[in-house]
Amino acid sequence: MTGVHSLLHDGLLTAGAASGTEDLSRYLARGGYGPLPTPDRLLDLIDAAGLRGRGGAGFPAAVKLRSVRGAPGPPVVVANGEEGEPGSVKDRWLLRHRPHVVLDGLRLAAAVTGAARGWVYLSDGPAEQAVRQALAEWPHDLRVDVVRTEHTYVAGEETAVVRRIDGGPALPTAKPPRPFERGVGGAPTLVANVETLARIALLHTRPGAAAVVAGARLVTLSGGADGTAALVEAPAGTHLKVLADLCGHGTAAAVLLGGLFGGLYGEGWTDLPLDHDRLIAAGGALGCGALHFLSPRDCPVAVATEAVAHLAAQSARQCGVCVSGTRALAGTLQSVGCGEADQEAVEKLHRWSRQLPGRGACGLLDAAARTVGTLLTHFPDRVDAHRRTDCPDCDGDVPEDGRRFTVPVP
Amino acid sequence: MKLLLDSTRCQGYGLCQEPAPELIELDEWGYARLRPTDVPDGDEDAAQAAVAACPNSALRLVK
Repeated sequence: MTGVHSLLHDGLLTAGAASGTEDLSRYLARGGYGPLPTPDRLLDLIDAAGLRGRGGAGFPAAVKLRSVRGAPGPPVVVANGEEGEPGSVKDRWLLRHRPHVVLDGLRLAAAVTGAARGWVYLSDGPAEQAVRQALAEWPHDLRVDVVRTEHTYVAGEETAVVRRIDGGPALPTAKPPRPFERGVGGAPTLVANVETLARIALLHTRPGAAAVVAGARLVTLSGGADGTAALVEAPAGTHLKVLADLCGHGTAAAVLLGGLFGGLYGEGWTDLPLDHDRLIAAGGALGCGALHFLSPRDCPVAVATEAVAHLAAQSARQCGVCVSGTRALAGTLQSVGCGEADQEAVEKLHRWSRQLPGRGACGLLDAAARTVGTLLTHFPDRVDAHRRTDCPDCDGDVPEDGRRFTVPVP
Repeated sequence: MKLLLDSTRCQGYGLCQEPAPELIELDEWGYARLRPTDVPDGDEDAAQAAVAACPNSALRLVK
């Protein structure tokens, strides 16, 4: 059971939506679907508030909106609700419980960019049902279609989204061009995460609280041993220790950051803040805001091995370097776990973790390389110890389905 | 000028590296890895030859 909490005195996206789906009348009663602002006024508000994308890359929302608006040709907008990280539930939760706030954000993004057409892209069945119900009572002219995809790790990557909406497979393509240059049907396309859109809607409804709205994040917390999973809306900069304490993971020995995207962080994790740039400066990444805590009983080698095995299994198998690279990383990590890796194998892991990032069409290979690189940086002794003693946590087959990291949607 | 690699197209033939060893190296699986992002002055011909050498059109040269 995953709990839903807010650390804001006035819960924003999580307020009053713990059960059921918010319908149109409830959304309107909260001040939603207000009169359309002038595009420039809303853009300036988003810009001044410093809103960053919530899909993982943390790109400034105003810059993305301006790029789409400034590109030649009539643009289109996409609400991206396909949540590929097994440890994240926020996007599906938002669509299942508050579809109108996402649609309101999509309407505003269309107004800002001048788009006359929109899509909601997702894989989750209950989320699809909630969005279709919301669209049935949708009081606006913007044409919005729902596109359902198969759930995979890479299906929510922006070029995969475009390809799937265009009728192809949900697989990434090489960049450039990015969707803002050439997206759905060749049109300049805004692919925006559903939480980003929801925050745009909140900014419009509550401009007086712009800084709080734009800084707050939905984060998914999970972990091994005694703790529980939780979806939390937290203010910008909240220390990870505060989040961990909320769900019984305060004594964690390490944390896996950003789903499987931000790598492991050992000693000192308690001082890390919920902040995109500062986590990158610390050698990690916040990604979609999923945090998986490792209890002192969890072996970091086993956790990294399972993460990389899942990534290897989820490779789209389009880029040769990703197929070979993730396979090599996963296989070598497994040999470390079995105590069969010599110094040369560990040196290979070091080298691959430096040389593989940036070489695939999407970020999956980077995620695998970062997981390995941070394991070696934060836990060199634990890696080394596997050569001398059997590790019960690393025994047996390594599951590839990411089950250790999977969190049920509340 | 910039050399761009579409890694979904790179099949590891390795033919691009021969005319442009300063710009491209091959990893242990044979896939191309671009060295500098910008093609240095004087290396344009080598970059052009690398683009032409790929049987799968994985390389592009852009201004």
